[in-house]
Amino acid sequence: MANDTIAKDRPIISCRNLSKIYKMGDEEVRALDGVDLDIAEGEFVAIMGPSGSGKSSLMNLIGALDRPTSGEMWISGRALSEMSRDDLADLRNETLGFVFQQFNLLARQDAFQNVRLPLRYARRDLGDSDARAKECLQMVGLGDRMDHRPMQLSGGQQQRVAIARALANRPRILLADEPTGALDTKTTDEIMHLMQDLNRQGITVVVITHENEVAAYAGRKIHFRDGRIESDTAHPDVQRASGARP
Amino acid sequence: MKFGVATSSAAEALFSNPLRSLLTMLGIIIGVASVMVMMSIGEGAKAQIDKQISSVGTNVLTLRPGNMNRGGRNQGGGSGRPFAESDIAALTQLPFVQAATGTLSQSANAVSEEANWVSTIQGGDASYFDVNNWRVSEGREFTAQEVQSGAAVAVLGKTAAANLFPNGRAIGQRIRVNSVPIEVIGILESKGQSGGFGGDRDDTMVAPLGMVRNRITGGNRQVSRHVSGIQVLVQDGYEVLDAQEDITTLMRERRKIQPGEQDNFAVVNFADMIKQRAAATETMSMLLAFTAAVSLIVGGVGVMNIMLVSVTERTREIGLRMAIGARGGDILLQFLFEAIALCTLGGLIGMAMGWVGVFAYAQIANSPMMVSPIIIATALGAAASVGLIFGFFPARRAAQLDPIQALRHD
Ligand SMILES: Nc1ncnc2c1ncn2[C@@H]1O[C@H](COP(=O)(O)OP(=O)(O)OP(=O)(O)O)[C@@H](O)[C@H]1O
Ligand SMILES: [Mg+2]
Repeated sequence: MANDTIAKDRPIISCRNLSKIYKMGDEEVRALDGVDLDIAEGEFVAIMGPSGSGKSSLMNLIGALDRPTSGEMWISGRALSEMSRDDLADLRNETLGFVFQQFNLLARQDAFQNVRLPLRYARRDLGDSDARAKECLQMVGLGDRMDHRPMQLSGGQQQRVAIARALANRPRILLADEPTGALDTKTTDEIMHLMQDLNRQGITVVVITHENEVAAYAGRKIHFRDGRIESDTAHPDVQRASGARP
Repeated sequence: MKFGVATSSAAEALFSNPLRSLLTMLGIIIGVASVMVMMSIGEGAKAQIDKQISSVGTNVLTLRPGNMNRGGRNQGGGSGRPFAESDIAALTQLPFVQAATGTLSQSANAVSEEANWVSTIQGGDASYFDVNNWRVSEGREFTAQEVQSGAAVAVLGKTAAANLFPNGRAIGQRIRVNSVPIEVIGILESKGQSGGFGGDRDDTMVAPLGMVRNRITGGNRQVSRHVSGIQVLVQDGYEVLDAQEDITTLMRERRKIQPGEQDNFAVVNFADMIKQRAAATETMSMLLAFTAAVSLIVGGVGVMNIMLVSVTERTREIGLRMAIGARGGDILLQFLFEAIALCTLGGLIGMAMGWVGVFAYAQIANSPMMVSPIIIATALGAAASVGLIFGFFPARRAAQLDPIQALRHD
């Protein structure tokens, strides 16, 4: 795979002069205004900032869900601007895992079926998808809740199912937009511990949050204001190879 | 594209809101049911008509006294001066006439040792069996000599035989027809029901013409040795319409009809009449086909509408599926399958209802039930096609959604 040939110290996510402008009638909203950002493989990054500062806009671009107005992005060394809709779908399926604030589980399917869904869309062979789905649910501590539907699970459990789903295809990057926004403090800690574990296993984690307690789990904090990076600070002991350029 | 996900999510969507699915399917159900009834009636009618034509023969012309075509409508024969045996002899002289027989019939009360039965006695010449292509299955036909001598013999149709001789062994038995003792010499093969056209043709007794006239019906005051009708078998390969014309010319001459004067007889080709009636049946089934097509289209529009609603309702779900890696094609397939499944299920229900309709029609019209595999395939195929055609637009709309806009949808 092309991905594996990339050296460890080269960023797995890279953004150059990234802008996102929303047009609302005559008015323009600069959600992102010339953002340069590199995230190395294995980092745990927290993105913070006031409401409307462009955090989600950036996350959607990194997640290949949206296209920038200008600027360029690379995920695992591949320039997203050169990829087709299907290529982007495959990238989301294979390389990226999403966790949303609202969980976004399919209400009519049980936990097991929800987790298995990305495996069913996979185009490369990932082995026994049933076994993998079970494994992922066990990993998030829900091995005994496989046949529960989202309605029959607590918020924290639902978010864990969502995390299991994000992990199903063994992604290299986990993107979470306010994953604990709908959860209480205790459950928030459980979810963040889980994320930390996953990061220790080598998955790059990017989390958007308003809470310092959540950001404390991250090795690097990036603050946004008005579509720009205001500050980018790292814990000395967990900082990884930042500053590398593609 | 991944068929597995598409099929399972289609089935799930279908049964998650059964009432809505059912209402959506209504047009398809009605459409498919009418396709089935229409095709079954059409096929049944066609089979019956083919059978009638083959039982009458396409190259047989029937002469009847009286004008049958007054004002373009069939007025029915029977009135007017009958024909004579000499007419048959003259017709037989025509080069294209292969055989001809007189006919003279009367309803008659027949009595055997076992039973009583009201039937029809049909007088005919020895060529009656040739002209009508009607053979005995048991015993023998009467001969020209027996016709000449006025022998008191008869060949029974299947129905008459069965009623007069419930225990079988009719051949050689004696019956009384309107008190005239007659010997049964044969039993005719079955011609079966002819669906309103002459009723049960097997309920008859065929006997030498002269004997029937002399001993049962009695003679005619104007015409000696009369017959009430003549059947002419036209040679193979000769145009029946030309034969009809030539026979008309000859008979006008013989009956001394002046030019400009109307015919007082009719030369009828029953196969033609049946074909005309078949055309009417065809028009009727075309009309039904049109109804079916319209309701399938209306049903299809209903399906399209509900699919568009469904796409809108499930925009977030579509966004989520895209976020975890579904391609546009996967989404397209999912909704297309849903539409096809909806229509096919409607088609199956419609088929069940159509079956009931066909069965009811068969009971009422006393016609055989015709539900061939072709009809089933056509009905189901039509339903699935409607799903494919009308499901495509909503499915494509779903597939072309922007992932992030779909995810943000509420
Ligand atoms: N689809 C859109 N159309 C128009 N404007 C948008 C759209 N999405 C975001 N914006 C605008 O872009 C700016 C950045 O939005 P974004 O969602 O990235 O903020 P955020 O940092 O995630 O905020 P929050 O913390 O409230 O989630 C905001 O001013 C917002 O109004
Ligand atoms: Mg946000």
